[in-house]
Amino acid sequence: MNLAAEVNENLAHYSNVLIYSAMAVYTLAFLAHIAEWVFGSRSAVGRTAAAITADAAAAQRAKVTVQVGGQSGGTAVLERPKIVTRSAAGSRDVPDGPGAAGGTEQGDVYGRIAVGLTVLAFLFHAVGVLFRALSVQRAPWGNMYEFSTTFAMVAVATYLVLLALKKNVRWIGLPLVTTVLLDLGLAVSVLYTDSDQLVPALHSYWLWIHVSCAIVSGASLYIGAVSTLLYLFRDRYEAQLENPEGKQYGRFVKSVLERVPSAASLDKFAYRINATIFPLWTFTIIAGAIWAEAAWGRYWGWDPKEVWSFITWVAYACYLHARATAGWKGRKAAYLALIAFGCYLFNYYGVNIFITGKHSYAGV
Amino acid sequence: MSTTDTDTAAGREAPPEGGATAEERELGAAESQLSTAPAEEINVPSLGPLGWARWFWRQLTSMRVALLLLLLLSLGTIPGSLIPQTSIDQLKVQDFQERHPTLTPIYEKLQLFHVYSSVWFSAIYLLLFISLIGCIVPRTWQFIGQLRGRPPAAPRRLTRLPAYTTWRSEAEPEQVLEAARKIMKRRRFRIHGSGDAVAAEKGYLREVGNLLFHIALIVLLVSFAAGQLWKTEGSSLITEGGGFSNSITQYDDIKTGQLFNSDDLPPFGFQLDRFTATYERSGPQMRTPRTFRADVSYWDGADGAPRKTSIKVNEPLEISGYKVFLLNHGYSPVVTIRDGKGNVVHQGPVVGLPIDGANLTESMVIKVPDYRDKNGKKDQIGFQGQFLPTWVRSQGMFSVFPALDNPTLVLTAYHGSLGVDGGPPQSVYQLDKSRMKQFMEPDGKTKFARALKVGDTMKLPGGGGTLSFDGVKEWASFQISHKPGDQGALIGAVAALVGLAGSLFIQRRRVWVRAVRGDDGTTVVEMAGLGRSEYAKLPEELADLAVRLQTDAPPAPEAEPDPEPGRDSPEEPGKDSTKDAGKGSAKDPSKGSAKDPSKDSSEESTKDSASESASDTADPADPAEGARA
Ligand code: HEM
Repeated sequence: MNLAAEVNENLAHYSNVLIYSAMAVYTLAFLAHIAEWVFGSRSAVGRTAAAITADAAAAQRAKVTVQVGGQSGGTAVLERPKIVTRSAAGSRDVPDGPGAAGGTEQGDVYGRIAVGLTVLAFLFHAVGVLFRALSVQRAPWGNMYEFSTTFAMVAVATYLVLLALKKNVRWIGLPLVTTVLLDLGLAVSVLYTDSDQLVPALHSYWLWIHVSCAIVSGASLYIGAVSTLLYLFRDRYEAQLENPEGKQYGRFVKSVLERVPSAASLDKFAYRINATIFPLWTFTIIAGAIWAEAAWGRYWGWDPKEVWSFITWVAYACYLHARATAGWKGRKAAYLALIAFGCYLFNYYGVNIFITGKHSYAGV
Repeated sequence: MSTTDTDTAAGREAPPEGGATAEERELGAAESQLSTAPAEEINVPSLGPLGWARWFWRQLTSMRVALLLLLLLSLGTIPGSLIPQTSIDQLKVQDFQERHPTLTPIYEKLQLFHVYSSVWFSAIYLLLFISLIGCIVPRTWQFIGQLRGRPPAAPRRLTRLPAYTTWRSEAEPEQVLEAARKIMKRRRFRIHGSGDAVAAEKGYLREVGNLLFHIALIVLLVSFAAGQLWKTEGSSLITEGGGFSNSITQYDDIKTGQLFNSDDLPPFGFQLDRFTATYERSGPQMRTPRTFRADVSYWDGADGAPRKTSIKVNEPLEISGYKVFLLNHGYSPVVTIRDGKGNVVHQGPVVGLPIDGANLTESMVIKVPDYRDKNGKKDQIGFQGQFLPTWVRSQGMFSVFPALDNPTLVLTAYHGSLGVDGGPPQSVYQLDKSRMKQFMEPDGKTKFARALKVGDTMKLPGGGGTLSFDGVKEWASFQISHKPGDQGALIGAVAALVGLAGSLFIQRRRVWVRAVRGDDGTTVVEMAGLGRSEYAKLPEELADLAVRLQTDAPPAPEAEPDPEPGRDSPEEPGKDSTKDAGKGSAKDPSKGSAKDPSKDSSEESTKDSASESASDTADPADPAEGARA
């Protein structure tokens, strides 16, 4: 009995060491990403500008002949019929930026190093979370510290899976690593709780289902939100290129925005993530309701956590509706998506810390 | 493989006589009803009241207003999470009202202490659901109409569509169209051929899913409302050995929905045999409960045989549609009280009121209205004090641990009038001392008080009687509730989920194939696809279809148009298509024969790509296709 307790304590200790190591490696990855962006800025990209400004007279024709090339999705594989694509009326046909490395060799090397370091950090991170789970012999999400570390782990995993699927997501590396560092920093400093058992109300297999779905949803929605945010910047940038008399961007901002995917791609990417996750989030709420029914005798009681899950859900439904509503497409829908993600964040940090409800398992 | 620049393809077509507008109109038809979303209409009518009513209804059921109502709904739910709600915690509301005397009247006017049953919140969701119904009904009709109709005909200029491809082939136009029809049928497109083109459409289940989702929302709301109207929810506190039977009088408090009738309470009951709680004994979460278990015997029906089970925090007991949840627990010291004449005036467990959650210190009050002093004179006495499951002398009058490590009962006593005969009803947990006198020690100065261990007896001064502390039992409180809408809500939730998945993961898209004889005698094949702008795989899918079609309509070598007319169409379309549709593998021979000429032609020509495409498709299983599907 005592021996087991000691083993558990050791595991918990190793878990902490691993999380700190992961943070160190994430920091290195962060620096490598910075280097990627810095060296990438040495290339003169100018593709977007060219696509939009050059040959204004032939714009109409240009629109028709832009092709979905291999690099942006691999639709026109060699020896397959070439498919000519056109965007819907009113949207620009702009190629994606070349990525943070800006097509430069040196930038690309740093970018690869950054991805490699992220993978390494992720391994530390994942084993750290695993050890924590083993030390308490349950799922690692009984309090906010565990929730935060697992959340960041899943966000990185999502990113790495998208990378492995050869999706064009390397541009998200820097913002992702930055927030993961922030999240882990908060977790180990403010939210830290020693490993321990759960209170009886948290003993249910619906906990596994409900919370794991919440974590996966949040981590993916986070990536969607980053994409949406970039979409807003990039969209403004493209609009500015179309209208040379308007406000001009500084060289730095230009150089960054030049290299990210086109506004249309970012928007589509964000939509696909949000639309894929929305049913999962719906399921998360349903699973939570079933759990509440078993634990408290009512599936819905307007507890603050429930209220904010509902608000988040309605906000994402708004976003989906907005995309299907004339006059709300584009930027307005994007703002809704950001608000919706803000609701998710508030539900997690805000409700746990500032509002007491039945869900106050925060342990802070 | 031949690729034609769009400009060439466009050039080959007759210029549209109506100009861009006609073309746009045509495209509009192609795009029409790709979903059943209502059309936007903001024009203010110039009609009479009927026109206005119709206009208002259109507005209410438009996407724009639905969106605004959804936004309002999410905004409207926020205050309820920030301001204490009576439905959740009455005490917190009172506390808030005491601390905010100026805000309170305003909040009360705005019904902010019960947001979710307030008039304005109800108005938002009722409007939303009227809008929802007003949206679903016409959309359902429209969708049924679409199912009866056919995919819209090909627009004149396929190049205008979001995905487009073209090539020239030596196959006859009819042959190409027939092959296209076959291929798309196999991929479960709905097909409509007209003139020189085939129109195909797929993904109708998206709309089904979407309608199902929105209908499921209504089911959810109705179930929720039914639950509120017919619910009963009460609680009962039971000490070990005690029991509960389901009738109004046995509830300590009961809340029922507006339409609930107390005659509907089904007969059942249970007895609390034993309650077990364990706590974390060390570490930072010391005192945190680890297990709560109530072992009960229950019976269902007026004369059901008792059965044993246990109720835990996440595991309620279900009897005749009711659920019995374990809510809370605490201790009941068992005492025997004798009056001044030595008669037993009270015997049994006394329920305490927990005053600190973590360590279960309880405040105790025992009222004895039927009491005689040692002279036999009628009087009343009351005991007041605390029960401490674990008392450590040096730590003061509070328990230091929730388990029964050193159970101690600390009491003082009063005599006089309890004020229980007539007058306003009293709380059993409070002693009204206004007309009572505290017992004093024999010295007459110090107030009388004793700390008792189990087995101890205290004597009241002046032969006033005794109180013995016989033991401790646990009590548990239970919530006994019945909500009729639960099943419906669950069904609604699952249906919503299924519908949502269909709505978001299935893509509705259209594909057109046109084959016409070009100027040079070969057949110009054009394919175009149209989906919602989010459908990123459209070009890929079109490419797949084109690859597939090219086995039947191989691209002609680009430089030298094949002049041999004798090669055309050795296949019998009708026969072939039935075979193909019937069994997947049996098509092999017919396919082979149909393809032979094309293979020959590509081998004759020196183009690598063409021959490769032919050999690529010689295997009907086409692994690449399978992988992409
Ligand atoms: C109770 C509130 C509602 C919720 C939570 C809700 C939610 C949703 C969701 C999640 C979608 C999927 C979006 C997509 O396919 O991209 C959707 C689609 C849709 N909703 Fe609602 N909805 C609600 C009320 C309404 C109302 C009142 C209307 C009537 C105007 C409506 C009309 C539509 C239409 C037409 C679509 C399909 C749009 C399309 O084809 O993309 N909804 N809704």
